[in-house]
Amino acid sequence: MNCIVCIEYIIVAVMVLSAIFAVEWGDLLAAVVGMTAVSLFASVLFFFLQAPDVAMTEAAIGAAMSAAVFIFAIKRTQRYESEEEGAGWWLRW
Amino acid sequence: MVKRILAIIMLLIVGFWMANALSGVPFGEDKMLVGKYYLENVKEQTGAVNAVTAVVVNYRGFDTLGEVTVLFIASTGVGALLWRKKKERTAKSEGSVVLRTGSRILLPFIMLFGAYIFIHGHLTPGGGFPGGATIATAFLMLYLAFKDYEIEHKVFEPIEGLAGVGYVTVGLIGLAIGSYFLFDWIWQTWGWGHENIGRLLSAGFIPIIYTLIGIKVGTELTGIVDNMVREEVKGND
Repeated sequence: MNCIVCIEYIIVAVMVLSAIFAVEWGDLLAAVVGMTAVSLFASVLFFFLQAPDVAMTEAAIGAAMSAAVFIFAIKRTQRYESEEEGAGWWLRW
Repeated sequence: MVKRILAIIMLLIVGFWMANALSGVPFGEDKMLVGKYYLENVKEQTGAVNAVTAVVVNYRGFDTLGEVTVLFIASTGVGALLWRKKKERTAKSEGSVVLRTGSRILLPFIMLFGAYIFIHGHLTPGGGFPGGATIATAFLMLYLAFKDYEIEHKVFEPIEGLAGVGYVTVGLIGLAIGSYFLFDWIWQTWGWGHENIGRLLSAGFIPIIYTLIGIKVGTELTGIVDNMVREEVKGND
């Protein structure tokens, strides 16, 4: 298998993993970091798919600006999710 | 429980359907008629080496004006929602030494890189939107590093307005000289830069418009960040 394709598969796997973490983490600051990781790896993936302009936009908007907006929102509300469904995902199902 | 299972079944069905539909579409192989037309005529008609930029600013310039308008409305909405009579920075602690020193050193380079992206939009990948966003990240870094930092509102807001007005003015000049709004008058009527395609001074009004868009996007996103960072102060007056 071509090695560039291997790297792309690894990046996609990391993106899916970060997305699941971003949804499941109760600490919202950590969830924002997970969401930012999705954007960052998406921008790397765009670069591999030969779209460097989209990669630059994704890195600037998705990874930096939107994370900053979310962090400002968390700063004004609260950092941890409410504990109503605090059990892990394996119990919530 | 039942809801979740139903949702997952639904998701699988939609995903299967989308995968089936998209698997038949060839990706990046055969160019459609419009794409072929753009790629064959982009150099003579617009002078831009970067075909993406030529489509965004020249062929589809009116769409880009709409995009800029959407961003302007979003920024206005944030400003209207977060408007208070008296707002100040309320950060209690400075950024760490690493952040402060690093931002001092990196700031000019980030600004330069953003300006490079939008000035060279017709030559290299990128353009007004990524460049403006990069410049806004530089200001975001300043906000994070220094607890008393605020942008110069009296400078930023007129610049933002003037950049937007400049875009429409360039389009209106095209309407007056040529036949339609956002007609490329520098390239097609005046014929400037025909001999140096692929260098900075070419491609008609694309660098001008992308510089205006970059300035506008940068100041606008900085304004959004500024609106979100500063908080209301309960004054005695």
